[in-house]
Amino acid sequence: MSNAIESLGSLWGPLLVLGQIGLFTLVLLLSIAFLLLLDRKVWAGVMMRKGPNVVGPFGLLQSFADFGKFLLKEIVIPAGANKAVFIMAPILTCTLAFVTWAAIPVAPGTETGTSWVIANLNVGILYLFAISSLGVYGIIMGGWASNSKYPFLGALRSAAQMVSYEVSIGFVIVTVILLVGSMNLTTIVNNQDGGIQNWHVFSFQYFPLILVMLPMFVIFFISALAETNRPPFDLPEAESELVAGYQVEYGSTPYLLFMLGEYLNIVLMCAMMTILFLGGWHGPIALGPELTANMPPLLLSLAGLAWFMGKVLFCFFLFALVKAIVPRYRYDQLMRLGWKIFLPTSLAAVILVAGYVTFVGGLS
Amino acid sequence: MAFIAFSLIAAIVVLAAMFVIAARNPVHSVLWLILTFFSAAGLLVLIGAEFLAMLLVVVYVGAVAVLFLFVVMMLDVDFVELKQGTARYWPFALLVGVILLAELALVSAAGGSIPTGNMDASPNAPTNAEAIGFVMYTDYMLLFQLAGIVLLVAMVGAIVLTLRHKPHIKRQDIAKQTGRRRADAVELKDPTPGQGI
Repeated sequence: MSNAIESLGSLWGPLLVLGQIGLFTLVLLLSIAFLLLLDRKVWAGVMMRKGPNVVGPFGLLQSFADFGKFLLKEIVIPAGANKAVFIMAPILTCTLAFVTWAAIPVAPGTETGTSWVIANLNVGILYLFAISSLGVYGIIMGGWASNSKYPFLGALRSAAQMVSYEVSIGFVIVTVILLVGSMNLTTIVNNQDGGIQNWHVFSFQYFPLILVMLPMFVIFFISALAETNRPPFDLPEAESELVAGYQVEYGSTPYLLFMLGEYLNIVLMCAMMTILFLGGWHGPIALGPELTANMPPLLLSLAGLAWFMGKVLFCFFLFALVKAIVPRYRYDQLMRLGWKIFLPTSLAAVILVAGYVTFVGGLS
Repeated sequence: MAFIAFSLIAAIVVLAAMFVIAARNPVHSVLWLILTFFSAAGLLVLIGAEFLAMLLVVVYVGAVAVLFLFVVMMLDVDFVELKQGTARYWPFALLVGVILLAELALVSAAGGSIPTGNMDASPNAPTNAEAIGFVMYTDYMLLFQLAGIVLLVAMVGAIVLTLRHKPHIKRQDIAKQTGRRRADAVELKDPTPGQGI
């Protein structure tokens, strides 16, 4: 093995990164297939239906059947559409959704302070914020290029909605950055080591701040719903008013790409909640160094990966429940919630946390 | 490796910037502009200023360009009509271009070659976010505050320009809406047949 690595020389680095990217992509695509099913099953369960149950045992292969259907259908481009932009929009959405995962650390590394991540960026959280704020382009471009009224209205709504909620998401992220004193995602996760009370939702290591961080988590969760156009904020594709919003003219593979990008973004938001607030790969009970010292490091990494995935799954379950339970918001209510309630609240939280860090001391 | 990456990204920046003014459709122009911004962020990453790069993407690509695109898409412009008068502006455009080129040539001739001073993206600090913070909040504190005040004035101006108090307009009262109860909204009536209420 080591001989093989040496013979590759300087090619080893890029090859390793390519391998990691391939692995991430494969795992993500497979998880999306089953998360889609979970989404539909939860939705069905709340409505006391059975949900997909024909393809495979318990309907487990439903997503793969859907995938085949999407791929085999004919691509229809409307006559008046702007062809290049029309095709580019879903590709852009899907690519951006994948690219964000390059900075997400999913498990602790074998050495302390490292993690399983493709690119350990110093400005990781800012990178996530920047790339996910580009997601709106796919939607605007798709809506405009379709050259049709409903998609265009849907695109305009969605652009306004995503730009509005990005602001409060940004401020919530700033509170966490202030607490940790770093924008590196691995550092942010390691700041929450030591048991469930140290997760940023509860923030017991900065004692009274639970009063600030718990509401911030709720704001982040609701803003994430709005940012990913999930119900109850699915105004861009409100089917009773706009048929399917920006996706009206899309079918087959381009539609598949849109949907894939959307679900990747949802899982990304779940991962961000896990990393920023729910302690990332740290379990709820801290194992002391005397316990972990004798364990193989790989086992610890895998346990961390399991915790991480479990938390992401929990967040996704919440997303699915909200979709099934909460009725859709009216557009003016959506805007009021974003600008008049979330923005002032998160702004006040930034000031409170900054004051705490300055006068009580939080930076370690 | 870094040189190849720089050449590639720089070429994309220049080409995309050219297409911004060459594209016939204004929406395409904005899309090319977005590509220009994004590639410029790539250049910043290459010199090690990753914080500035991310800010460029967040602020310009993620917010400003979205508004651009918004406005341009809403405009209903007749492009053929728009293009007809362009020939008149050629001399003026040529003049501006020549002046710009002459200025560039003058600067490079006057010994303004590549600066050789401190090229470190994060001097005296571990990360360049901290480096920018140190400079901005110590050396340029007053200017920073002034910029904030300018933005505040602009915001107040925009609000004053659009705020109008028209009489006889039904306004939404959110507290009233959410405070509605079943008792004040629904009334059960039992009308006798043939009489109505």
